[in-house]
Amino acid sequence: MTLFARYRILLPVLSLAILLAATFYMQPRAMSYFGVNLLFNLAVPIALATIAQMCIIMVNDIDLSLGAFVSLVACVVATFLNDTPLLGLVILLALVLAYAALGAVIHALDLPAIVVTLGMSFVWGGLALFILPSPGGSSPDWLRTLMTVKPPFVPMAVVASVLIAGITHLLFIRSGLGTVLRGVGGNARSVARAGWPVIRLKALAYGCAGLFGVLAGMALVGLTTSADANIALRYTLLSIAGVILGGGEFTGGKVSPVGAVIGALTLTLAASFLSFLRLSPDWQIGAQGAILILVLTARLLFTRRDAQA
Amino acid sequence: MKLLHKPWLWSWVAAAAAFALTVTLTGGSGASELAYAALSFGAFAAIVGLGQMLVITLGPGNVDLSIPATMTLAGTLALKTMGSDPGTAWLGLGVAILVGLGTGLANFTLIYLLRLPPIIATLAASLVYQSIAIWSNRGLRIKPPEGLADFATGRFFGISNVALVGLALSVVIWVLLERSVWGRWLLASGQNLRAARLAGIPVEAVRAATYLAVTVFAAIAGYLLASFSGGAALNMGTEYLLMSIAVVVIGGTSIAGGSSNVPGVWGASLFMFLVVSMLNSYGAGAGVRLILTGTIIIGIVIAASTRRATR
Repeated sequence: MTLFARYRILLPVLSLAILLAATFYMQPRAMSYFGVNLLFNLAVPIALATIAQMCIIMVNDIDLSLGAFVSLVACVVATFLNDTPLLGLVILLALVLAYAALGAVIHALDLPAIVVTLGMSFVWGGLALFILPSPGGSSPDWLRTLMTVKPPFVPMAVVASVLIAGITHLLFIRSGLGTVLRGVGGNARSVARAGWPVIRLKALAYGCAGLFGVLAGMALVGLTTSADANIALRYTLLSIAGVILGGGEFTGGKVSPVGAVIGALTLTLAASFLSFLRLSPDWQIGAQGAILILVLTARLLFTRRDAQA
Repeated sequence: MKLLHKPWLWSWVAAAAAFALTVTLTGGSGASELAYAALSFGAFAAIVGLGQMLVITLGPGNVDLSIPATMTLAGTLALKTMGSDPGTAWLGLGVAILVGLGTGLANFTLIYLLRLPPIIATLAASLVYQSIAIWSNRGLRIKPPEGLADFATGRFFGISNVALVGLALSVVIWVLLERSVWGRWLLASGQNLRAARLAGIPVEAVRAATYLAVTVFAAIAGYLLASFSGGAALNMGTEYLLMSIAVVVIGGTSIAGGSSNVPGVWGASLFMFLVVSMLNSYGAGAGVRLILTGTIIIGIVIAASTRRATR
């Protein structure tokens, strides 16, 4: 079974394929352009948020504020970016820079990221409430058009997922800088000894997280056409689960962008699959947890067998 | 000088400052009411915080995200069993503790047998607990038995009963940590798991006991909170996820593990309540309140870290 160890991506792909097959078996009508689009529509923002979380996990930290951050971005997009596009862009840029600064501060003062991001989740949530005290706003037209575009043959959600996975794979796995960034998670000291300014690398990793967080918020508003301050709070936990489901690990810079996107798709699909099962709504959340446990157990069985072999 | 180096000092200073600022605004009136409210509401945060503190002491990567779900499940099942009948308070408490033991055991099984990272294991398991709570709650709101509701909202010698329960639990934890072998084992496991194992400490037993303790504490808090607020609600635990981590860290417990701090958890719990009431009494809106709360949390963490560096 060294196959699974060499190609860590295989197991996430397999889990998604099995879940997809099961969904199509339960509901053959889903096997269409329209059906697939419906299944994966909401996966695009989740996939982007998962990539953002992956950037943080890549440098051995964890981000508990991501859900609040995406919510804040959604509020900014639905108000400022819609009404005064230039101001909106400036605010979004400032948010990305704030994330980068956060990474630098966390590294410079050697702060526990889990606590700083915990504090930031209050700050983002407060700002979001400030901008949009009650649900509302509306999506910029171009964003709405972009998110509902109907490319030939393959639905937008699938095209977007493939694009996100491909670009982030190039960015974090193939590029030299991406390799160094993963090195910070692997062994920050050796990266520092090799002459890299770790503080700037950490800022870069956090900045990337901020950027993908912003993209997630924009994608979300493009789909929902409005926002509220709590719109994406569940993304914090979803994104962590997505990264791990996609073969990433909490330490050591072992992450996979393609896996993270697949993890996000799997989590989204799990929800649709469960509704096709005609499961009582009471058990939907629980079954999602069970699927998560199941996939991770499968992964463990394979990796442990490898360790013994 | 020795007092200044106590890591719990800062959370108490911050709590006292928030208290003073609030009371100054009202011109000294309502000070005892504020203290009373802080103790009652702070007690819930302190009880779950104590459990979370034990888990965080186990070292990096150890954190229990199933606290809110366990609180909700324990509150729901306990109230359902009691069914508002008088004289069933102890039965309800028993049910709550059983729920805590059950979820703790399930969490640890996932962590130990499946080798899942605790964050993921408790997160995934909490989704299941939440479902069980939704299923058994079914939207109906059962009132707690009258005697229990009176106890939960009542006071004894001017201190709320909930705070007294919390204090009693804190003393037990403090004695266990500072004076018992188990406490030494826990601290040793948190400082260096491998060294602790080689030294012959039953680290897995220590970990199991800790993951059981945190959910039992959460269950007790859920039971009390449901009795306090006149019924269990499905979202009653939500705010305690971030709260439990925040009070531990503000209280001076190292997030890197291996050091615990019981008084700090109390200081931080009081502070978290007092800062909100301070901002409320100064007329801050919900948004400003959240922003300031977050800024203060980060400020305290930065203060704590620079203090560590200069020592």
